Amino acid sequence: MIASNLPALQVVVPLISAPICAMLGRGRTAWVLTVAVSWTALAIAIALLIRVETGGVIDYEMGGWAAPWGIAYRIDYLNAFVLVIVAGIGAMVAPAALQGIATEIAPERQPRFFAAMLLALTGLLGITITGDAFNLYVFLEIASLASYALVAQGPDRRALMAAFQYLILGTIGATFILIGVGLLYMMTGTLNMADLAARLPAVAETRTIYAAFAFIIVGTGLKLALFPLHMWLPNAYAYAPGVVSAFMAATGTKVGVYMLARFVYTVFGAPFAFDTMPLGQILMPFALLGIVVGSLVAIFQDDIKRMLAYSSVAQIGYMALGISFASETGLIATIVHLFNHALMKGALFLALAAVSLRLGKTDLTAMRGLGRRMPLTMAAFVAAGLSLIGVPLTAGFVSKWYLVKAAIEAGLWPVAVVILGASLLAMIYVWRVVEVAYFRAPAANAPAAVEAPTTMLIPILILAGGGIYFGIDTEVTVGIARAAAMALLGTSP
Amino acid sequence: MAALGHFNYWVAIGLMMIGLYLVIARGNLVKKLVGLNIFQTAVFLLYISMGKVIGGTAPIFAEGFTLYTNPLPSVLILTAIVVSVATTAVGLAIIVRIREAYDSIEEDDILRRDEE
Repeated sequence: MIASNLPALQVVVPLISAPICAMLGRGRTAWVLTVAVSWTALAIAIALLIRVETGGVIDYEMGGWAAPWGIAYRIDYLNAFVLVIVAGIGAMVAPAALQGIATEIAPERQPRFFAAMLLALTGLLGITITGDAFNLYVFLEIASLASYALVAQGPDRRALMAAFQYLILGTIGATFILIGVGLLYMMTGTLNMADLAARLPAVAETRTIYAAFAFIIVGTGLKLALFPLHMWLPNAYAYAPGVVSAFMAATGTKVGVYMLARFVYTVFGAPFAFDTMPLGQILMPFALLGIVVGSLVAIFQDDIKRMLAYSSVAQIGYMALGISFASETGLIATIVHLFNHALMKGALFLALAAVSLRLGKTDLTAMRGLGRRMPLTMAAFVAAGLSLIGVPLTAGFVSKWYLVKAAIEAGLWPVAVVILGASLLAMIYVWRVVEVAYFRAPAANAPAAVEAPTTMLIPILILAGGGIYFGIDTEVTVGIARAAAMALLGTSP
Repeated sequence: MAALGHFNYWVAIGLMMIGLYLVIARGNLVKKLVGLNIFQTAVFLLYISMGKVIGGTAPIFAEGFTLYTNPLPSVLILTAIVVSVATTAVGLAIIVRIREAYDSIEEDDILRRDEE
């Protein structure tokens, strides 16, 4: 009974727990519930992934209403993998959250903070699991609304303007997706993604479908912060509470990339997106610009949190680049990078949350000599930073390897050069932190900083260690990514 | 005349542009939010008008009627209206907090105060 309803429970458990969390009086009780729920969600996600591996695609009808009238959940390799990423990051960030927000959020507001976090988790899991285009919009808004509330909790008053800007741009993005879905429904009379894929080719050569495609691509572009639609991201990540930045950077944009891949490859199909419509010619330059500009701007940031936010813009560029190749290798690169980037950005932002807890700020000058005072946190920061650069034997190297391979397969040497050049830029901005933390003496009046609390340190070390482990043992991630890429392109293994 | 036959789309597009213009051009945060609302409402009209069947009645079973308007777009928009109300509520709540923190809801003022 429970086993057959796992797809529904994946979303329902965090959804029901959120209001319960909000009603709990104390932050600590709400935290215990949040941790329990996020680990349950991870267990369900892993169970679903194993079932997809053994039994193939799972079709689930919500409430027993048959598709295409009811809402269908459809889980294949790609979204089972993304579910594990999102739930995994949730399970890592939730334990760290209690200490992470201790100095940033007043105790009486903490239960509601955890409720918003569970709602964001619900929305992100929902977007990933659903097989219905309109249902996707609803979950997108659940995730977004919760994220606006989370960002607005930041300790600095600038967090409020960041949240408001995010709300405006996020709503425009979501509404664009709504328009696109409406136009698709107009032409096909269905909202089910599998049904849409079957009915679209017959009407594909119409201006309505062209417009729908454009609206959906721009809408998802806004949501995943694709350059130049990334304007909301740096402020939102820089001013949000530390653990929120870690959660959003490691999950929110990943789900955005998933949406893009799902719409382009499953709903519209690669031939329509890349041959009829010029998606490759549009996505690739913007992805490359995002990689270069994001990395360059990151070098000149003094606030490390903001630096990592711009680095995220660059990393999203890598993922979009993989999609724009429209090849199996390119997709493998994107899907592997979804996972690897979640690991490293989760570790980096969580480490910064710990730094911010101990120092009260995250700018470069405050971090002088931190390598000696918070050795484990900074060691994890460096390990994840190496992964960000793409040093061999780290996870980041694996994704860059496939990306370069995809560029060479497509005969695009200059693209491969840009990918490698941007790694050097990443080296510069990671090095700036390493230099300050390890080779500068702390300022005389620096506050005494001790190692991060255990509840934060363990998730940080797990994520950073994962970044190394999956750089050496690539079989699991690349294997799943290959199966997912083949399913997306419609080639059977 | 063919262009006029699609007047529902013209209305929706016109409202959409008015809404987007407000969001971009106004410095007052409440006005921005109102613009966003107009933008979303335009999309709701687009959906509802596409479900209309000419000569069809409301989708309620009754003697003597066989032609019904498609109820699905209306139902979808009911959900989208809830989302829109929630967005407005969150937006207004953030504006209240902004006013408490900055004593202003003009974007230019707020950005200037942060630079000081």
